[in-house]
Amino acid sequence: MIVLPMLQEVAQATTAMSTRDLIIQLSYLIASILFILGLRSLTRPNDARLGMQQAAGGMLFAVIGTLLNSNIITYQWIVIGLVVGAAIGYPMAMRIPMTAMPQFIAFSHAFGAMAATLVGIVEYRAAWVPDAAGAVAGLSGGRAAALGFEVLFGALTVTGSLMAFGKLQELITGRPITFKGQNAVNLTLIAVAFGSFAMLIIHPDSAVAFYMMVGLALFLGISMVLPIGGGDMPVVVSLLNSYAGLAASATGFAIGNNVLIIAGALEGASGFILSLLMSKAMNRSFANVIFGAFGSAPASTGAKSGEAREAKTITPEDAAVQLAYASSVVIIPGYGMAVAQAQHTVRELMELINKKGGEVKFAIHPVAGRMPGHLNVILSEAGIDYGALLTDVDDANRVLQTADVAMVIGANDIVNPDAEEDKSSPLFGMPIFRPWTAKTVFVIKRGKGTGFSGVENPLFFRDNTLMLYGDAKGVIGSLIKEIKALDEGH
Amino acid sequence: MIQIFQLYVFILAGFIGFIIIQRVPPLLHTPLMSATNAISGISLVGAIVAAGGQYGRLSTVLGFLAVVCAATNVVAGFLITDRMLAMFKGKPGAPGAKK
Repeated sequence: MIVLPMLQEVAQATTAMSTRDLIIQLSYLIASILFILGLRSLTRPNDARLGMQQAAGGMLFAVIGTLLNSNIITYQWIVIGLVVGAAIGYPMAMRIPMTAMPQFIAFSHAFGAMAATLVGIVEYRAAWVPDAAGAVAGLSGGRAAALGFEVLFGALTVTGSLMAFGKLQELITGRPITFKGQNAVNLTLIAVAFGSFAMLIIHPDSAVAFYMMVGLALFLGISMVLPIGGGDMPVVVSLLNSYAGLAASATGFAIGNNVLIIAGALEGASGFILSLLMSKAMNRSFANVIFGAFGSAPASTGAKSGEAREAKTITPEDAAVQLAYASSVVIIPGYGMAVAQAQHTVRELMELINKKGGEVKFAIHPVAGRMPGHLNVILSEAGIDYGALLTDVDDANRVLQTADVAMVIGANDIVNPDAEEDKSSPLFGMPIFRPWTAKTVFVIKRGKGTGFSGVENPLFFRDNTLMLYGDAKGVIGSLIKEIKALDEGH
Repeated sequence: MIQIFQLYVFILAGFIGFIIIQRVPPLLHTPLMSATNAISGISLVGAIVAAGGQYGRLSTVLGFLAVVCAATNVVAGFLITDRMLAMFKGKPGAPGAKK
């Protein structure tokens, strides 16, 4: 008996499907297929660009299809909105430097999530607007749940992404910001948010519960990201990637749109997997990434080694001699190299060493830079062929064993021996490069401070480690000059 | 009933995502993140309906803002992905870098 009206509803829906609806659905289907093919193209570097261009075409299909929707009455605001959005997005994308990619992605997430949240609010409001006959459509518990989910994840992603952006852009301190009772506050917030969520499902008309969820989620986004150090931000960005996807999917559930569900699910899965991979590369359990990082206020580990140890230094002249006669050099770049914009100078150095008969490889750690694959992008930008990149930690360590010179440029935690030797180190267990197995290690470092994670690095005090203090670009520039001077001198 | 179908679609799409994304090499993880970010701009579809529908002035304003945000996300996301991928053209191991 209950099934009957439902079937009628379905039957009505199918007979009512006009040609226009068919075209819309077809455009969504094409868009979904192009999205999936686009992501698949990313498994092969040579096809990736074309594949993603096709995915962009898919987006165009989806937009055009949507414009045919019979619920749309005025086009004016849509057109203005599209134009304004494109006018903001275009210069943003063309001007952003590759080094700023992580915060750019975080920023862009905030936009996407903001859209999802606003759509959720509009949909919620629309359900209570009386139609021509004065009847109110209302919401079923299921749709209310979808809308609640949408604004919860959407709003959380908006503020969370903006916080991540602020930390990566160093508008906010990269150090974890903690206060007493932080966990209790967060747990209470989560509990109240879920309480409101439950309330909304039972009583879809309780607008208070709905807007309370929006407010709480906005607040949660801030309070969850605050206690996380800048070094962990990539995991947060990736996780927010996943949340933004879930918010988009929830939108799809709420308005009955498959392309939203599919695109959201793809993104949700992608963000989830990348978070997993990153936490593995940083030797953290997944639970630790999701909850641990948000709760545990890391003890200041940098302060503990108060003993004054001095690292040995080397002059660029002496370092240049060693580089000029090395037959194998492994460069281990970190985010510091990118910050100093040294990638082009590094390429020049590589070409110079190559000319002298030495081989140069780059060891790229999975978490080097500020997100996975970030340094690959930066080195590619400088025109370094990706055949010269060692992206596997074990491979790189094998090459390092026979290298004459290992050169660490602006990297710190990924070459910290504590990760293998000191059980009390927060880095313990993280797979790292072992530059000290090479004959000589040069470390180019801006100053004597600790790295992004605030952990002391014993590598700098090893017998075969020689420090070159200074701005990476300047130091490498003088190395190049000295190597060239060698030729002229002989 | 319709919600069940939606759940089917969601779960199957999620599976496809898992299978494909696990095969993306670490080399392309940053472009992958920016690509999925661009695709999440699909909220634009919802935003367009919200901005064009007749649900009262406030809803239209919110819908308009949603279109602006989503369009920014889409345009910036796809362009930056393209900019990045354009740099990955060289064949692995091929000597002599471009530029």
